Order: sequence, then structure tokens, then C-alpha cells
Amino acid sequence: MAHAPEPDPAASDLGDERPKWDNKAQYLLSCIGFAVGLGNIWRFPYLCQTYGGGAFLIPYVIALVFEGIPIFHVELAIGQRLRKGSVGVWTAISPYLSGVGLGCVTLSFLISLYYNTIVAWVLWYLLNSFQHPLPWSSCPPDLNRTGFVEECQGSSAVSYFWYRQTLNITADIDDSGSIQWWLLICLAASWAVVYMCVIRGIETTGKVIYFTALFPYLVLTIFLIRGLTLPGATKGLIYLFTPNMHILQNPRVWLDAATQIFFSLSLAFGGHIAFASYNSPRNDCQKDAVVIALVNSMTSLYASIAVFSVLGFKATNDYEHCLDRNILSLINEFDFPEQSISRDDYPAVLMHLNATWPKRVAQLPLKACLLEDFLDKSASGPGLAFIIFTETVLHMPGAPVWAVLFFGMLFTLGLSTMFGTVEAVITPLLDVGVLPRWVPKEALTGLVCLVCFLSATCFTLQSGNYWLEIFDNFAASLNLLMLAFLEVVGVVYVYGMKRFCDDIAWMTGRRPSPYWRLTWRVVSPLLLLTIFVAYIILLFWKPLSYKAWNPKYELFPSRQEKLYPGWVRAACVLLSLLPVLWVPVAALAQLLTRRRRTWRDRDARPDTDMRLDTDTRPDTDTR
Amino acid sequence: MLWLLFFLVTAIHAELCQPGAENAFKVRLSIRTALGDKAYAWDTNEEYLFKAMVAFSMRKVPNREATEISHVLLCNVTQRVSFWFVVTDPSKNHTLPAVEVQSAIRMNKNRINNAFFLNDQTLEFLKISSTLAPPMDPSVPIWIIVFGVIFCIVIVAIALLILSGIWQRRRKNKEPSEVDDAEDKCENMITIENGIPSDPLDMKGGHINDAFMTEDERLTPL
Repeated sequence: MAHAPEPDPAASDLGDERPKWDNKAQYLLSCIGFAVGLGNIWRFPYLCQTYGGGAFLIPYVIALVFEGIPIFHVELAIGQRLRKGSVGVWTAISPYLSGVGLGCVTLSFLISLYYNTIVAWVLWYLLNSFQHPLPWSSCPPDLNRTGFVEECQGSSAVSYFWYRQTLNITADIDDSGSIQWWLLICLAASWAVVYMCVIRGIETTGKVIYFTALFPYLVLTIFLIRGLTLPGATKGLIYLFTPNMHILQNPRVWLDAATQIFFSLSLAFGGHIAFASYNSPRNDCQKDAVVIALVNSMTSLYASIAVFSVLGFKATNDYEHCLDRNILSLINEFDFPEQSISRDDYPAVLMHLNATWPKRVAQLPLKACLLEDFLDKSASGPGLAFIIFTETVLHMPGAPVWAVLFFGMLFTLGLSTMFGTVEAVITPLLDVGVLPRWVPKEALTGLVCLVCFLSATCFTLQSGNYWLEIFDNFAASLNLLMLAFLEVVGVVYVYGMKRFCDDIAWMTGRRPSPYWRLTWRVVSPLLLLTIFVAYIILLFWKPLSYKAWNPKYELFPSRQEKLYPGWVRAACVLLSLLPVLWVPVAALAQLLTRRRRTWRDRDARPDTDMRLDTDTRPDTDTR
Repeated sequence: MLWLLFFLVTAIHAELCQPGAENAFKVRLSIRTALGDKAYAWDTNEEYLFKAMVAFSMRKVPNREATEISHVLLCNVTQRVSFWFVVTDPSKNHTLPAVEVQSAIRMNKNRINNAFFLNDQTLEFLKISSTLAPPMDPSVPIWIIVFGVIFCIVIVAIALLILSGIWQRRRKNKEPSEVDDAEDKCENMITIENGIPSDPLDMKGGHINDAFMTEDERLTPL
């Protein structure tokens, strides 16, 4: 086994020893908690459903093996070896690449802003779940108390609660509206909870993570058991998992699988680098990478089984209600005795009545009720959690309990991801020494949380949801892809594959196998580049638009598609470029500093040979 | 003659109460949906009670205190349990205006519902929209209470963590200075004694002379 030199003592903190994880379990749980987030619950099941059920697992596993695990291993390895946050790591690899670290920090900052806003929304729902009946179960009456509020009547009680009573959303992104005080205090509470947990870095996070990382699994199991015992659950599971192999011919499937695996593992945030930097150097990061990535994917699958069984119940419920409404219309029109038509008799009775009284039947508001239609109604993202699940919970006996469990699970999932995101910002700041040494760590953490909270107040405006979608689509996706690409290329080609393999051999006790070397050198960068290009094409294929909630729209409750105004489009471009701009800026700054130093040295010693210059890099200048 | 009168009266009544007649209202009951197994059958006695409730509601309207049960006419009772009704004036020739009947029923809907163990969804007066129950608004919304509890706990926890951090740091700062004091004392002792430097054997203050035999070691151990 080739002996690589011991890690540079200067790499560890001078003076104070670098904090350490109490035990391996804390480290693994923190990484798992960071990787397992809201996306596992509300993005993966949707993708599975849209892209042919079980067939989606094929591109998903391929992406995991060739893209997810290799890049994840790189992050853990460099963090553990160089024992610094993302800025320190990239400065150590090459001063010209320090921009990658700065980009990661900026990106994590931007993401933490909107991610904690989603956690604040979850908190708002959680607080409102402690009552019976649940506030989203019925529409509020209007001013005369003769009927329900019109907006609620036109859509549904759950949609009204989400769009009006929670977000109080405006019809247009131009119309910012005012700050919603209830969202503001929920946001303050979320940031206070995050601050409480990261106040002393991994010392406090390590203790809380036992609860925040494991509680979601407990709730998922409870929901799975409850879901499987509900009527219609099996129909949901069968319909949604039945593989449709033809869908694999659609390139979108492969793109979405690759993007999902990438965002699901929370790569290129700098959070995993930060967590790994607190490890002891001799730790098997290769095994950790594989274990954590597999646990993340297993969680996605487990969650989708629970979600699908509950959604199957909902679809069956909606289908039966649809039938009941039709039957009631028939009974009321023809004055049949109550409950004289069962759900099974309905088609025959309808046919008979249509034959005998076609005109009377034609003017009835009968809807076509197909179970497949209800099963097809899928949603991802906040729509799944705040509209579909909240409605399903209403039909389960003991609704407040299920609502509390569900939103409690989402809250802890979001929180554990926030720990990683905030650590990705704080660890580099601590390493770089932004504040003088005598300032305690609690103050730095408090300052970061305060700045984040104040910046995130823009999401509590009435148009906040529209801005959140912009941040999610533009700030997060493109930058993460670019930074991950630079990470892999930077480590493999700038740091050097041989040096990297020697480091890993020193840390884990064995050299990386050809699978790792091949994926790092060729497969992963190529995959990332392809995804990036495809993403750009798809994003700008059609003019940028968003879906607005406009009660005055003719097709209400469908959402109205509107184009982004010019200034918003400029903001989108800015968000997509800002974090990555650090890379060329930092490289340029480094180049200029070196030049200035060379000139200064040359001026101080005008007779010495130029070759005694400290900069040993080949100079592209003509001098 | 009597038969003729009877036919005339029923004919007039029949004209007043007809599906879709002026000032007539359709009522629909869903007894089995509301009560399930405990559902009662709709018979003439129940109809009598209904007429009584409508008459009672009308009597509460000013100028209509003289309304009697016989002034309420029911017709077209179906198996659905739905029927039409009108309220006539004392002369039994005209029906009372729909607006009056509407407001009277609306004001007493709750009493009528309770008389039949039904609610607004299962006892429907088509064309008379019921006043919805006011939303149950406690003075302090429940979510604010839960929020207050959680927020207070979090603030207290943060304060405790900060304080314990300050206390820990203060303790760490005090320890090196205590160790320094002990070292100074020992150094002094070295210089005071004969001039021969002797290693300080016990740093904790106090000075044990290990050359001196202790009680335990007087007897050689077995």
C-alpha cells in the first residue's frame, strides 16, 4: 500500500482543535438527514408516477451508480482529507479554484433562504393542526352568511386555505402586496429553531440529529401501516407501480432521473464537505458514501409506497364521492327513494333513465367518474403536501392526529436538511476567520441566522410563492450542476487523480477500484455536462412563465399562465449566474495578486534572476 | 250539494298548491342519510308536524300571528320524501308572498331542523338559502397559543445554550491561570530550599515528602 504523507498539520485549526463528531452514528445521521429532505417525499413519488411507475427505477438506479455515488464520494473524501469547509478545501486544492468554494457558500445561502420559508409554511400548518375540525375542512361563510366565500366555493376548501388564508397570494408577481405577519412569525420561529440547533456547530447539531433524522422514519412507518389498511390503497399501489417500459424511450425520463438523484443527495452545497471535515482522517469515506446514498434512495422508495397507498385511498374516496353526487342528482331529479341506487347499479340505472327521459337526464350536472382519472391526478412539491395530503387527511378518522404527524414529519425533514445547508455557510466562514477569534461561535451563528431571516422576509410578501419558485428553478438547479461539474473536474484534473487516489488509500486503507476512477474521470463529468446542456435547453425552450392564482380568471380554479415581466427575467438570469460568477472572479483576483507580488518582488530586488520568483506555475505571459 | 262544495274546496286548494305554483316552495328531506338505522318513516303525522312548524314560523312574522295549521297546504309528496307547500291567508283564497315565507323559515330554520333531527343539508328548502352558522372563532386562535408555547421553549433553550457557552468559556479561562499559580508556588519552594532543585512531586498545592514512610508501608506487604 503506498504511504501517502500524513495530512498537513497546518490543515487542522491552529490553536483550538477542530470539533469532532461524538460518534460515527452522529456523522452518518447528519449526512442522511441532510440528503433526505422534502424532495424524497414530494418529488420522487411524483416522478415515479409520471414516468411509468416501476420503470422509472431503471434510469434512477443507473443515475445513482454512475453519477450520484461517485460525486458524493468525491465530496466526502476531499472534506475529510483537507479538513476544512468548502472555501478552505478549494483554496487548498488550487488557489485559482477558490471561487468554487465561494460559489458553494453563496449558493447554500440562497437556498437556505427559500428552503426555510417552506419549513415555515410547514410549521404554520403544523400549528393549525392542533384543532378539530381542521381549519381547511370547510369554507368560511361570506359576509351575509348566506353562502360560502366565492373564491372558496369556486375552488375547494383546502385550496382556499392554502392560497388565501396562508399565502394570501396576489394574482400577479408584479403586485407584491404586504408582508403577512403570521408567515413572518412562523419564519422567525423556524430560524430560531435552526439557530438553537446549530448554535455551537456539530456539538449541538449532533445531539438534535438523533431526533430529526429518525422521527420521519417513524412517521413514514405509521403512515405506511395506516395507508395500507385504508380502502383503495392497494389499487393506488398497483396502478402507480405498474411499469410502463415504453416511457423509457422518452429522453425526459433520463434527464429527470439524473437531476432527481443529483438534487436528492444534496450535492455541491458544500454541506457534505463541511460534515466530513469534522471526521477523523482515517475513516472509510468510501463505505460511508455508498451507505448514505443507498439509504437516501431506499427512503425515497419507502416514502413513495406510503404516499401512494394514501393517494390510492384518496383517489378511491374521490371516485366514490363523484359517483354519490351523480346518484344524488338522479334521485333528486326523479324523486326516487333515498339510497335506492347503489354505486354498482348506477351505470345500468343511468342507461335506463337516459333511454326513457333523455332530456331530463341531459340537463343534470352529471360528471364522468373514472377511477383512473382520479389516480392520474398527481402533484409534486408543495401542492402535494399542502393541498392533496391535507385533503386526504380530512377523510381519515382522527384527522388532527394524522395532520400533526404528517406536518411534524415534514418539519423535521426540512430541519435536518437546513442543518446541512447552514453548516455549509458557517463552517467555511469559521475556517476563513471572517470574525476575530475572540468572537464566540454562538455570535457568528446568530449573525448568519439573523441575516438569513431578514433576507428571507421577502418570501413572506403576498407574491412570495412566485419568488420562491423562481429561486427554486433558477438559483438552485443550474448553479448546483455547474459547481458539481467543476468539483469533479477540479479534483480529478487539477488536484490530480493519482494524488487523490493516494489520499483515499491513506484514509480508507485501499486504493479506489477502476469503477471509481472511470466514473470520476469520464462518466460523471460527461453526464453532468449533458444534464446541464439539456436543462438549459428545456428551461429556455419556451418563454419563461409562471402559473398565477387568479380568482378573476375565466377558467378558475385552473391557474393562469402568465409571462414573467422583464425585470423579473433579469433577476432570474442574475440568480442563475451569481454563485458561479465567483469562479472566474476569484481566479482573476488570484491571478492579479500573484502578478502584483511578482512585480513587487522584482522591484525590491531588481538584479536577481526572474526564475527565483515564488510562482512556479508556467507563466502564459510573454515576459 | 255538500259533495259539490267539497270538490270546490279541494279544487281551489289543489290550484293553490301545485309544483311550480306561485309562492310555493319545494322541500326535500334526506332522513335515511341523516339518521341511518334510526330513520323514521314519513307519514301523515310527520306532515302534520311540518305544517305546525311552518305555521309556527309564520306566526312570528308581524301581521301574520293568526296563521293556523290548516293554512299550510302540502302537495305532491314523493317517495324521495320531497313535497311542495304553500301558506295561505285566513281567507284561503290567496297564498302569502314568497318573501315573507322565506324570511320566516330562515329565521326559524334551526327550530325546524331540530324538530325533525335533521340539519341544513338533509332538510332542504329549495330556493330558501339558510343562514350559515357563524364561524367558531375563539378569542385567541389556537395556533397562536401553540406557537407561543413552542417559541417560548425555543427562546429559553437558546438562552440556556448561550449562557452555558459563556460559563464554559469562563471556566476554561480560569483553569490555565490556576495552573500558573501552582507552578509559581512550586518554583518559589525550589528556590527557598537549600538551593538544590527538587522536582515538585505534587502540583495541587501542598507538598508531600515521599521519602517519609506512610502508615501503610511500615509493614512489608506479604
